[in-house]
Amino acid sequence: MPAYSAATFRQSLSVSFTVGLYGTAFGAASVAAGFSVLQTSLLSLLTFTGASQFAAVGVIGSGGGAAAAIATAGLLGTRNALYGLQMAPRLSLRGWRRILAAHWTIDESTNVGIAQEPLGEQAVAAGFWLTGAGVYLFWNLFTLAGALGAKSIGSPSAWGLDAAVPAAFLGLLWPRLTTRATQRIALGAVLFALAATIALPLGTAIIASAVVAVAAGWRAPK
Amino acid sequence: MTFWVVVVGTSLVCFLTKVAGYVIPAKWLRHERVQRINALMPIVLLSALVAVQTLTEKTRLVLDHRLGGVAVAVIALLLRAPFPVVVLSAAATSALIVHWH
Repeated sequence: MPAYSAATFRQSLSVSFTVGLYGTAFGAASVAAGFSVLQTSLLSLLTFTGASQFAAVGVIGSGGGAAAAIATAGLLGTRNALYGLQMAPRLSLRGWRRILAAHWTIDESTNVGIAQEPLGEQAVAAGFWLTGAGVYLFWNLFTLAGALGAKSIGSPSAWGLDAAVPAAFLGLLWPRLTTRATQRIALGAVLFALAATIALPLGTAIIASAVVAVAAGWRAPK
Repeated sequence: MTFWVVVVGTSLVCFLTKVAGYVIPAKWLRHERVQRINALMPIVLLSALVAVQTLTEKTRLVLDHRLGGVAVAVIALLLRAPFPVVVLSAAATSALIVHWH
C-alpha cells in the first residue's frame, strides 16, 4: 500500500460506505428476482460491478433468459475496460496484483483514484486501492444484509420491493443526465424499450435498447 | 439452473472485461466512436431498465402501484434526497398503494 494522506483516506472511506449501502438494494432486488442468498452474495463477490449486477437480476426478474441477462450485464460493464485503460499506466502492476486491481476497477475506485492526481502518483494509487477495498467490503456486507432482509419479508410487492428496484436504477441514472442531449437519449431509450417490450420476444427489450446508444453515439455531436 | 448460469456467466464476462482494460493495447479502445457509444451505454440501458421495470408486465404495458413509487422517487431525486431515501420512499409509496387496493 502506498503512503496516503488523511484526506485521501477520508474520501475513500466515505465513498466506500455510501456506495456500499446500495448493496442492500441489490441484495433485496436479487432475492426478489428469485436468486438464492448464496447466489446473490456470489454475484457481489465475483461480478462486483453494481449496475451490471442490478441489470442481470432485473432482466431475470422481468422474465428474460440467462443469455439476455448476461449480455445486458456485459454491455453495462464495458466502461470498466476503459477505466482499466486509465488506471494501468498509473498503477503499473504485474501478476496477481494486476488481477486484483482489475477486479476492483469500478466507477468509484477509478474516480477517487484519479481525483487524487493533484496530490501525486502515490495518492492516486492509494485512493484507488483504499476505495476498491472499501467498496468491496461494504458492498458485500450490505448485499448479504439486503438478501437476508428480503428473504425474511416474503411477498416483494407488499413491501414495495418491485418499485424499489426501478427507483434504484433511476438513482444510478439520475447523476448521468446532466445535459439536454443525454436527457433526450434517455427518453429515446425509454420509448424504445417500451415499444420493444410489446414487439419483441419476452426479456429481450432491454438488450435491444443498446442500439439506441449505438445510433446516438455513431456521429460526433455538432 | 438459469440462476446459476447467470451468476457464473455475468461474473465471468464482467471480470474478463475488467482484465481486458489492463492487458489489451490502449489504441484499440481509443477510437472516438467506441468511446462515445460506450459513454452512452449506461444511460441507455439504465433508462430501458427503469421503463421496463416500472411500466411493463411480461410483454404488456401496465400502469400500477410501481409507477406511483417511481414517481415519488423522481420527486425525491429532484429534491436531491440521498439514495436510501429515494429507494425507501419509492418502496413505501408502492406498498401503501398495494395495501389500499
